[in-house]
Amino acid sequence: MFSSLDWYKQMSDFNTIVFRLSDSFLLNIQLFGLTLLFSLPLGLLIAFCSMSKIKPLALLSKTFVWVIRGTPLMLQVIIIFFAPGLLNWGPLWGSGASARFTAATVAFIINYACYFSEIYRGGIQGVPKGQTEAAQVLGMTRPQIFFKVTLLQVIKRILPAMSNEVITLVKDTSLARIISIKEIIMMAQEYTAKGLIWPLFSTGIYFLVFVGVLTVLFNALEKKLDYFKV
Amino acid sequence: MKTLEVKELRKSFGHTLVLDGINFSLDQGRALAIIGSSGSGKTTLLRCLNFLEQPDEGSIYVEGQKIFDAKDRDKLSEADIREKRLNFGLVFQSFHLFPQYTVMKNVTLARELLQKEAGKVKGVQKLAGNIEEEAKELIAQMGLTGKENAYPHQLSGGQQQRVAIARALALKPKILCFDEPTSALDPELTGEVLRVVRGLVEKKTTMIIVTHEIAFARDVADHVIFMDEGVIVEEGSPGEVISNPQKERTKQFLTRFSNGT
Ligand SMILES: Nc1ncnc2c1ncn2[C@@H]1O[C@H](COP(=O)(O)OP(=O)(O)O)[C@@H](O)[C@H]1O
Ligand SMILES: [Mg+2]
Repeated sequence: MFSSLDWYKQMSDFNTIVFRLSDSFLLNIQLFGLTLLFSLPLGLLIAFCSMSKIKPLALLSKTFVWVIRGTPLMLQVIIIFFAPGLLNWGPLWGSGASARFTAATVAFIINYACYFSEIYRGGIQGVPKGQTEAAQVLGMTRPQIFFKVTLLQVIKRILPAMSNEVITLVKDTSLARIISIKEIIMMAQEYTAKGLIWPLFSTGIYFLVFVGVLTVLFNALEKKLDYFKV
Repeated sequence: MKTLEVKELRKSFGHTLVLDGINFSLDQGRALAIIGSSGSGKTTLLRCLNFLEQPDEGSIYVEGQKIFDAKDRDKLSEADIREKRLNFGLVFQSFHLFPQYTVMKNVTLARELLQKEAGKVKGVQKLAGNIEEEAKELIAQMGLTGKENAYPHQLSGGQQQRVAIARALALKPKILCFDEPTSALDPELTGEVLRVVRGLVEKKTTMIIVTHEIAFARDVADHVIFMDEGVIVEEGSPGEVISNPQKERTKQFLTRFSNGT
């Protein structure tokens, strides 16, 4: 254990602060990456369930989406982290820091999958019926129609909404601190507690740069799909 | 043997009876024109032939083989439907080209997909001939040489509709259906589309043309059907139905049309 003064000496020179902030921002990036990786396909699955001809499945799926979108992500993170313990399921998420991170990641994936599912649904339903019918008449199967005709049109249609959502996700990753995940803002608050405010303010720069990179990527993607009109 | 026979076709949407016992047949190499006012069921008839709607009653025969019988309609699997609808081609009023593909790809896509499955999937046969070469020929036949690499949004409506015709022809359907192919076009663009349809008539393509172009129907069709409120009111040669109609409803329709309404 450090005394307060020791801590200050050890931890508050500029390089150390930058190093510790950067290191903790890697957690934000990890959470971001894992969330995207799993919620993008899961969202599609939920979208298909919501559009299913099997009425109970569609209703279940829509209700689920409504609950998830209708409650704060922060609360979902807490519930998912504590639920296994409260329900006596044993240490479902493992233990320690990795358990907290796993629980947060699961909560983020579910939450974002629900948001993405609604964007997908809008995109899929926005493709004119004539496209599907033209493809059907040409003897294409349902999977062929989805992958060869509909999908790219859907991607082009939803890109602006997806870009918004993905940028929101970057900033949402800091909510993980509610279960003591030492992401960048939580790390910076350690300094705030010791009376040093600039590290907290400077976390904004990390988010800004990361969002900037994503914005450039999304713009490039939109440009790439500029060759056709929907 | 008739290329197409339609027997007692009935179709309702909810309580609206849209087709009320349609019977007709079509010989190989003949062009049938269907005329009739808006809402008379023409589109629904073509959609039934292409399995986009399932009739409630009646049957459809192609080259003597029963391909649809409403009695068995619940037994039809998606694969059956797919195999059977390939007897027909359909050109829509508003083209429905695939926007992300070039003219060439729009024409070749479906056939390439079928080719890949030929032999593996029941009922899917390989069409003879080279896909690319035939597509180029079709594009040339449509007067679109040089547009192979254009995207649909870069084309006029008339050009898009001609691509849609080439796309339908690429699968060599036994019967090609047109649903008012010129009515989404500016008047100055209808001529180019009607010209290629006329070219197909001259090549003895078996066709059903739903159209509001009465003069065109009189010129090119071998047979004309006048539909009203889901029934065939009158049919015969263009000379009979269009130039010398017998039924009051046909006369009224044609008078309204020649008055430009
Ligand atoms: N999917 C549908 N659901 C309900 N009614 C329909 C549907 N399709 C067509 N109809 C009705 O069927 C009638 C015939 O329509 P349609 O076949 O499009 O006629 P046409 O092509 O001769 O103008 C119209 O009254 C139309 O409103
Ligand atoms: Mg119509």
